[in-house]
Amino acid sequence: MSAGVGAGFVLAGCGGGPEDNPAVQQQAGAGSGKEYNGPKVKLSFWNGFTGGDGPFMRKMVEQFSSQEKNIDVTMNTVEWPEYYQKVPAAVSSGKGPDVAIMHIDTLPTNAARQVILPVDDVANALNLKKSDFFPVVWDAGIYEGHRYGIPLDVHPFGLFYNKDVMEKGGLDPDKPPQDKDEFMGALEQLKGKGIQGFWVPTVPTGPTWIFMTLLWQYGGELYNEDVTEAIWNSDAGVDALTWMVDVIKQGYSPKNVGEEAELIAFQNNKNAFVWSGIWNILPFRDAGVNYGAAPSPQIGSEKATWANSHNFVIPNKRGQDPHKIAAAKFFISWISHNSAEWAKAGQVPARDSARESSTFQNLELQNNLAQELPYVHFPPSVPGIGDVQTQALDPAVNEVLLFEKESKAALDESASQADQLLKENRQKYQA
Amino acid sequence: MANQNVERTEAQPSSRKRFDVGGRKPTDSNLLTPYLFMAPYLVLFGIFIVFPIFYGLWISLHNWDYLLPGKPWVGLQNYVDLFTPGSVTFEPFWKSMEATGKFTLYSVPLLVVIPLLVALILNQRFLGRNFFRTMYFAPYVLGVAVIGILWRYLLDTNVGLVNYYLGQLGLPDDIPWTNELPWAWIALVGSTVWWTLGFNAVIYLAGLQDIDPALYDAAKVDGANRWRRFLHVTLPGLRPILLFVITVTILASANVFGQAYLITEGAPGDETQTAIMYVAQEGLRNFKMGSAAAMSYVLALFLAVISIANFALFRYRED
Repeated sequence: MSAGVGAGFVLAGCGGGPEDNPAVQQQAGAGSGKEYNGPKVKLSFWNGFTGGDGPFMRKMVEQFSSQEKNIDVTMNTVEWPEYYQKVPAAVSSGKGPDVAIMHIDTLPTNAARQVILPVDDVANALNLKKSDFFPVVWDAGIYEGHRYGIPLDVHPFGLFYNKDVMEKGGLDPDKPPQDKDEFMGALEQLKGKGIQGFWVPTVPTGPTWIFMTLLWQYGGELYNEDVTEAIWNSDAGVDALTWMVDVIKQGYSPKNVGEEAELIAFQNNKNAFVWSGIWNILPFRDAGVNYGAAPSPQIGSEKATWANSHNFVIPNKRGQDPHKIAAAKFFISWISHNSAEWAKAGQVPARDSARESSTFQNLELQNNLAQELPYVHFPPSVPGIGDVQTQALDPAVNEVLLFEKESKAALDESASQADQLLKENRQKYQA
Repeated sequence: MANQNVERTEAQPSSRKRFDVGGRKPTDSNLLTPYLFMAPYLVLFGIFIVFPIFYGLWISLHNWDYLLPGKPWVGLQNYVDLFTPGSVTFEPFWKSMEATGKFTLYSVPLLVVIPLLVALILNQRFLGRNFFRTMYFAPYVLGVAVIGILWRYLLDTNVGLVNYYLGQLGLPDDIPWTNELPWAWIALVGSTVWWTLGFNAVIYLAGLQDIDPALYDAAKVDGANRWRRFLHVTLPGLRPILLFVITVTILASANVFGQAYLITEGAPGDETQTAIMYVAQEGLRNFKMGSAAAMSYVLALFLAVISIANFALFRYRED
């Protein structure tokens, strides 16, 4: 705590904007990022890859360390929810990592809280350009005119289908439903065979992501243009949530599906469809499921799907050794160039060259979901936006799916609650 | 308490001066001695209890995010918000206090009575007594994370073992233990009772063994049956233990966090989101530490009042 207070005093005299932050200037240290010629350094690299993705990143890190004798990278993994509490605390006490991963929607919060530094110069030094990356991802890393993240991957939502269950239900296991009619038809057919084909999760955050995907598909938005008001209680929002509840009411899904129950049922050949993130590719494969992955089915009037993205960030370490910064740049550049390898962990590389590589082209399921990139949506780049979702939207979606409240009433109520939280956040972050 | 009084009355006639320590005159260094003995604890107590209490009060008077350069002074606004209907924190905070209150109300009676029964049984002589004593205490050594995740999977509505076995017995197999009321409360209270009853039982057991067997013999001579012996010997003998168990159980129940955080995750909606869960969310996830600190003080005040009432009640009965 006391170190945090100290940091507060140091920064208190600096007005607030990143330009005024002495730590920001410090980052423009040596090193082009194309190579590293400095003395031997140790880099600590933190991320939240606690799932099947962890070993892949660890392998890449080990490969890097054995190849680059002068840079010794140690990787530390913390579960994502705790991660976003630990990194700020570690950074404020001067014990933060030298390089880290953060989700793209958390960049503004952490930038505003001065947990991470702008990486414009890293991007320049590495000669990274918008044209190297998928544009939506590249643009989403910018907050208040500065770049805060170097995108590693995109992880969109998609439809996982259990081929064995589909076959049992008399469906063609190689033709996953891709629009509303096909999807409802498939569910009806499965129901006829006594199979509840699409278990709708009720425990946050899974159902909220499905809701967002549907909201965008029905032409809605989460927030107004300047993110001062939540507008998810629009007709599109009500339609989206009502569709989800109806799936349960019509018996295509059991009631009260608990956390991860839909995934367990899928692995036990009880559930035909899981609508979730691309990161499920590995766990399902390891569980020995005979399954496929397709883009999100189009239920609403347009194509859309929820996605997020892992980004490299440089934590705000006071008095950081310039050699370490140079080494970190090189490390980021190396992993970014080799991100086709990372795709094997169940990801779509953000970098075009990695997506076009033969390594990635050979990953069938990842490729299927990569087709969604032109219409992926991210949450808006506003500090504190995650709190608004967890406090206002998550409970509303949960209550409606548990039949405790009607869609319209729950969304109205949560939207006005969100407006208050947005207002509070604006004051807090003075945006 | 009674024992100390006895000792003092016996000791006083033999000692001439009140502060005579070991027959030597009190010197400056002697005056310091007790404080030096207490020093290691006092230092820790000061750093980790006293200082945070006042520092927390200071935090609660600001809009406090430890990483933001500006921590504007807001005076009592954080407290005012908690008592102003329609403010951002009013509804969720009092709802979480209500959830904590419900949990305490449901769990404390069970955690006071069931461990007492268990202790009475385990105080008998029978084969395998030590085995059962160990078994009843065993869950208590597990961390909340372990029991939380364990019960979340056991109690899952659709893929959980509990519902599976209920189904095998011909009972309803679709009980939404973790996400519908009242089942969510039953799940939370049930798992907590299973988890912590061993602790209270061990305390009771120690208390039971402290009761003078002569009192039971005397009661038997007077013709008291089992029930009357329990009522007039066991219960009065356990009074200080009961006070301790009730106070500690109320405080522990009012601090419920891990079970609700892991088993129900606050579901349905935020019905089982407890006060500590909301405080943690507000302070550690949303980084609104000022208002989170204010909430903690309101909760602490509630607990202090309840504890004082608890002590007063027991003292009153004693007189």
